[in-house]
Amino acid sequence: MPDIDILLFVVFPYVAVVLAVIGTLYRYFRNQFSFTSLSSQFLENDIQFWGSTLWHYGIIPTLVIHVMGFTIPKVMELMHSTPETLYLAELAGKVFGIMALVGAGALFYRRVASSKVRMVTTPVDWVILVLLFFQVFLGMWIAFGYRWGATWFIHTVTPWVVSLATFQPAPQYVASLPLIPKLHFLNATLLIAIFPFGRLVHMVSFPVEYLWRRFQLVIWTRRKVV
Amino acid sequence: MKIRSQVSMVFHLDKCIGCHTCSIACKNIWTDRQGAEYMWWNNVETKPGVGFPTQWEDQEKYKGGWELKNGKPQLKLQNRVEALGNLFSNPALPTMDDYYEPWTYKYGDLFNSPLGDDQPTARPISRIDGQPIEIESGPNWDDDLGGSNVYAANDPLLENMSDEEKRRLFSIEQLFYFYMPRICNHCLNAGCVAACPSGAIYKRAEDGIVLINQDKCRGWRMCVSACPYKKTYYNWSTGKSEKCILCYPRLETGQAPACFHSCVGRIRYLGVLLYDADQIEAAVKVSDEQLVQRQREMILDPFDPQVIAAAKESGIPDGVITAAQRSPVYRYVKEWELALPLHPEFRTLPMLFYVPPLLPVLSVAQDGGTQRVENDLFSSLENARVPVRYMSRMLSAGNDELVIKAYQKMIAVRIYKRAETVGDVTSDEATAALAKAGMSAEEAEAIYQLTSLPNYQERFVIPPYGREGDIEEVYDPQQRKAETGFGRRQSPHRGL
Ligand code: SF4
Ligand code: SF4
Repeated sequence: MPDIDILLFVVFPYVAVVLAVIGTLYRYFRNQFSFTSLSSQFLENDIQFWGSTLWHYGIIPTLVIHVMGFTIPKVMELMHSTPETLYLAELAGKVFGIMALVGAGALFYRRVASSKVRMVTTPVDWVILVLLFFQVFLGMWIAFGYRWGATWFIHTVTPWVVSLATFQPAPQYVASLPLIPKLHFLNATLLIAIFPFGRLVHMVSFPVEYLWRRFQLVIWTRRKVV
Repeated sequence: MKIRSQVSMVFHLDKCIGCHTCSIACKNIWTDRQGAEYMWWNNVETKPGVGFPTQWEDQEKYKGGWELKNGKPQLKLQNRVEALGNLFSNPALPTMDDYYEPWTYKYGDLFNSPLGDDQPTARPISRIDGQPIEIESGPNWDDDLGGSNVYAANDPLLENMSDEEKRRLFSIEQLFYFYMPRICNHCLNAGCVAACPSGAIYKRAEDGIVLINQDKCRGWRMCVSACPYKKTYYNWSTGKSEKCILCYPRLETGQAPACFHSCVGRIRYLGVLLYDADQIEAAVKVSDEQLVQRQREMILDPFDPQVIAAAKESGIPDGVITAAQRSPVYRYVKEWELALPLHPEFRTLPMLFYVPPLLPVLSVAQDGGTQRVENDLFSSLENARVPVRYMSRMLSAGNDELVIKAYQKMIAVRIYKRAETVGDVTSDEATAALAKAGMSAEEAEAIYQLTSLPNYQERFVIPPYGREGDIEEVYDPQQRKAETGFGRRQSPHRGL
């Protein structure tokens, strides 16, 4: 096993995850004010609607499918066991991926085109946007160039991720894959590493509790009533 | 019965002179910062007019407030599931164009321009991106333009008025307008609180002030849409929403909020109302015409021994109960029934009440003569200069009767005082007027006193706060020693 593979597919992922977890926790407890979606819809609404909607509705299912591939590979494999279902899975992956790609493109264009939105764009925002676009672009390249990823994923990426998660790193599962998938993994790891340093943290504030919380919130300053 | 106290407000519209001192006082203290330039936590609108943001009263456009669906109150904006689906792009978010683009001038050009034949000018530039802009709208853009067919004619309240009524409002010698100062209503059934996906907006139990926790706000912008009064604003720089805080740091130290304190016309009153929180849901379920009456019923008599006992049980300190007994707001809203909530049909139970303006209503009915009972001032309300319907659409969800009742009282007070001070009306006429309005001479005198001659302590009855005690109960005083009152240590920067 060449050192470089160990560095890229073992050390780098561990560093990235540690950075992401510790960084996010530190930021949450030290500077919760900075946790926000940083929406710029108020300044530009038209492209924002298409860009943000396509992006989020494309990327969230894509992420969920990836995570399912890591966590319940047996089920996923079963789901892809007939040619029809495999075909459907591929199609769904491509549709969501293209939605996300178009969305990210629109969001990028918007930041370039609108001088107002540019004013509220930080260097980190640019980095994240470019990395995200690149990531989905690579994903689509894989989807179209290395077909039936729904199945080979389960025998390469899944064991690699599982090996990392169980602290028995086995980079050999991915080390022999072609360059494009490898770039996709590395870029993903990079995105995890920079997670706490930009706007991506808004992900952890997805407000599920809104589904059940009381509508009216009333808070006493006093702990006990005098 | 679950009794809570609410620091509530009355604005007496007859007294507002439209000077905007209140707006400036607020701006100077709270919103003179990047991202907040366009915010007017306090603004004064000319009515008829489009308001700020443009046509905010039109909820078909802005989707604020509540509506009854199968008899149940629902946010007009979205249900809970839709809320999560709409996080990524809020479909009803007003954009900067609905307010205005803040600008400044390139003053430096006046000094730095090279010598030439032309006078240098200071061109307007956007305070967002610094680009030169064409100013198309600004704060109070339609100030004093009642009657304008560009602005006033687009007032959403005119929508259902008859052509005859509109003609009356807009013919050149009949034009009228009055001022409508607005701040956050610190509602009991607030749309902003209910719509916040993060649960960052809350009502303080002690005084009912509605606040946005800046640490918990995640910038989903739902409050901006769901507040029918458009009194939460999105700070485009920090990525957080902000709203009127009723100057709680001032209240806690016994001072009236800046807009109240500085009000030139002395139109503003502030005081505690005790209300029954268990009735909130029932109160927003009734039909439009009953809304105001139902809201008044929720507000409890602070002199009633039963209410006092229940209030103590609910944890309301004695000092607050005493303040409620002295509250000018209680008198205007409940005792005299002169003050009405703004757009009760939005069903947020707003706790800022308005005494409707009498002046433009009456001034045509009297042909420049004295107001006399013989001229039948009461029935003149029907052919008043401003259709009563305009006021009732604004202040009583279309219930004309409530507005007429308030007006009758105000007119009776005038006649009564006129008889007393000018003497060209006989006391018999005055007595007749009072009888017609169904009020006693004492009540007329009290209304007159509180309307015309109130001093600072009478206008603002601020409940005792006891913040130090509260803080001691929440935090260990040793640990908080020398810290309390200094607030954030991080400046509110955008993102990281
Ligand atoms: S008026 Fe104030 S309390 Fe009422 S919904 Fe709007 S922001 Fe919330
Ligand atoms: S300061 Fe008072 S009188 Fe002047 S505009 Fe404001 S509310 Fe009206």
